[in-house]
Amino acid sequence: MAKRKGPEATGLINGLGASELLDIYTYLQLTRQTERVLSALYRQNRVIGGLYRSLGQEATAVGSAFALRRASDGTGDVIAPAIRNLGALFVMGARPADVMMQYMARSGSPTRGREQNVHFSDLQRGYVGLISHLGVMIEVMAGVALSFRLRGQDRVALTYIGDGGASTGAFHEGFSFAAAQKAPLIVIVENNGYAYSTPTARQTAARAFVDKAAAYGCYGQRCDGNDVFDVYSMVRSATAQVRAGHGPALLEVLTYRRLGHAEHDDQHYVPAGEIESWEARDPLVRFENRVLENGWLDEALLAGVREKVEGMVDRARAEAEASPMPGQDEAATPVMAGVPIAAPWTRQNIPDPHGK
Amino acid sequence: MANAAETKAGKPEHVRHTEEGRAVTMLEAIREALWEELERDPDVFLMGEDIGVYGGAFKVTEGFVDFFGPNRVIDTPISEAGFTGAAAGAAHMGMRPVVEMQFMDFVSCAYEPLTNYIATSRWRGAGAIPLVVRGPVGGGVRGGPFHSQNPEMAFFHTPGLKIVYPSTARDAKVLLKAAIRDDDPVLFFEHKKLYRAPFLREVLSADEPVEPLGRARVHRPGSDLTIVTYGMMVHESQAAATTLAEEGVDVEIIDLRTLSPLDEQAIIDSVKKTSRLLVVHEDTRTGGIAGEIAMRVNEQAFEFLDAPILRVTAIDTPVPYSPPLEDYFLPGAPDIVSAGRYLVSY
Repeated sequence: MAKRKGPEATGLINGLGASELLDIYTYLQLTRQTERVLSALYRQNRVIGGLYRSLGQEATAVGSAFALRRASDGTGDVIAPAIRNLGALFVMGARPADVMMQYMARSGSPTRGREQNVHFSDLQRGYVGLISHLGVMIEVMAGVALSFRLRGQDRVALTYIGDGGASTGAFHEGFSFAAAQKAPLIVIVENNGYAYSTPTARQTAARAFVDKAAAYGCYGQRCDGNDVFDVYSMVRSATAQVRAGHGPALLEVLTYRRLGHAEHDDQHYVPAGEIESWEARDPLVRFENRVLENGWLDEALLAGVREKVEGMVDRARAEAEASPMPGQDEAATPVMAGVPIAAPWTRQNIPDPHGK
Repeated sequence: MANAAETKAGKPEHVRHTEEGRAVTMLEAIREALWEELERDPDVFLMGEDIGVYGGAFKVTEGFVDFFGPNRVIDTPISEAGFTGAAAGAAHMGMRPVVEMQFMDFVSCAYEPLTNYIATSRWRGAGAIPLVVRGPVGGGVRGGPFHSQNPEMAFFHTPGLKIVYPSTARDAKVLLKAAIRDDDPVLFFEHKKLYRAPFLREVLSADEPVEPLGRARVHRPGSDLTIVTYGMMVHESQAAATTLAEEGVDVEIIDLRTLSPLDEQAIIDSVKKTSRLLVVHEDTRTGGIAGEIAMRVNEQAFEFLDAPILRVTAIDTPVPYSPPLEDYFLPGAPDIVSAGRYLVSY
């Protein structure tokens, strides 16, 4: 139990102290508030392309990444977030300004405007950016994990996939390969009930995604994805298994996507009352209630975090909006080293057809 | 529980535009083609992600599941290879599946069954496979590298797959019907930026004759320069042709419509008339169909050429997301005008 109250308190829950609880809350708020600002920018047509919110799923992203060994020098655990794991990116050290620049197609974005939303990487901080094709990140992260085993590194690879993405052949091949290779990979199946408009019952006949772990001969566990403490604890235990060389872990979280697949999706296919019932289980509210009821943190500390995050998000937005659009001269970025991209001949000095 | 015949909805208004003499967009024309084929042939059925209750990511199949039921409008898991292979199996048994790729960028997930199994089936003596794989392609919508592709050439190179890529509402409707009725596998590409383009709205006849696949169309007759093109670039070429006409250059535009089998004769006939050929495609340069067309013309009509065969294409990179980058990447009317001017003064 707690040795003392206040921000210096340690060992409050699952080995977490007050300062860590404040960090977790900061990441939860940063995720929620960044996305809120992105929604506002989207409605003003300043976000280019789609916006994919993680409203209601923040505890999964934050709790899981928080359980990893993080470093910013390329020596820590490595994640590959999926489209609704913005919180995990923040935990690994991604900047909200970077995220906003990605969404606004600015030159200052990590991909310099070539790729969008959370599709960006930083191997020093330990995140590999996803692509839109689902399942391939499991294969890729199986390989990241394999490298850890081959080199005797005590590191873990973690990636996420939805209840829909788990239907891909790539999911199976990636995880099966990791299992056969005893690679230190953790896959979290984020079961939020829907893949776009398709309910989970139409994705699979399996009782639960965690049941698949036994089929692969692997460690499996499932928890409430809206309880950040449960998620943290589950992933923490899984990393212990995986670091001990027992092969990959297949984890499942039960959570819910409270908004549409993307901003344009009005969710008309969702039964009445369903969204409201999950609103009552909001991960941020549950965290607040838990820490307050147990006296681990007080309202002043929580309010302080919210205010601090508001400032962070504000500054991030200012930075993003100040970043220019990329110049056309950046369009012909090489796809291979040393092999320049031929510019369209119609935009150069077109040779005189009479050879003068 | 009432049976399907008693409870099914009547034919909704948004599928009755042509019937009632109203203009349709390319998307509405595609929707009507699908509906009419589902009505005409009980073996036709649809498979794809979110095509049922949601009506499809682009709403092509909106209202379909209410009328045709979940056994003819099947919401699949996210398993492109799985349900494409399954479509082949259903086709072996006499059904006529029409598979929707939510974005054709994801057709690459089904590359294996398409190229190894489906394309080779008739040749191996296992019987022709009458399936259609259809979906949205193309860029200019800030969709980034995985929602903007033109993946046709990967399949063009595989013997055994028909590839159709219309540029008008009428062609989308009649050629999709032809594709569904074709006994061989057809990949049907629909440019997403043309789906709801207002300039493509047209009133179709309720009895548009279904044309066979494999025939190009003269989009604009002309005498000084042949542009062979397809998809969105038909319209960029049209804009360029208007500019060039003001300079006294009369451009003939051939809309391929079907890429495989390629209507060589239409291309050769036009080149023999104009002596100058420009191939335009939104697809990237290297390995794009312009190379194949140029070689065929070289083989069959070299003596008729008064200038080299040239091309206007996208650059050899993935499709960039940010607008200035994508705008540079994509070919457009100004490029076609420059190329046209060069060729006529050669």
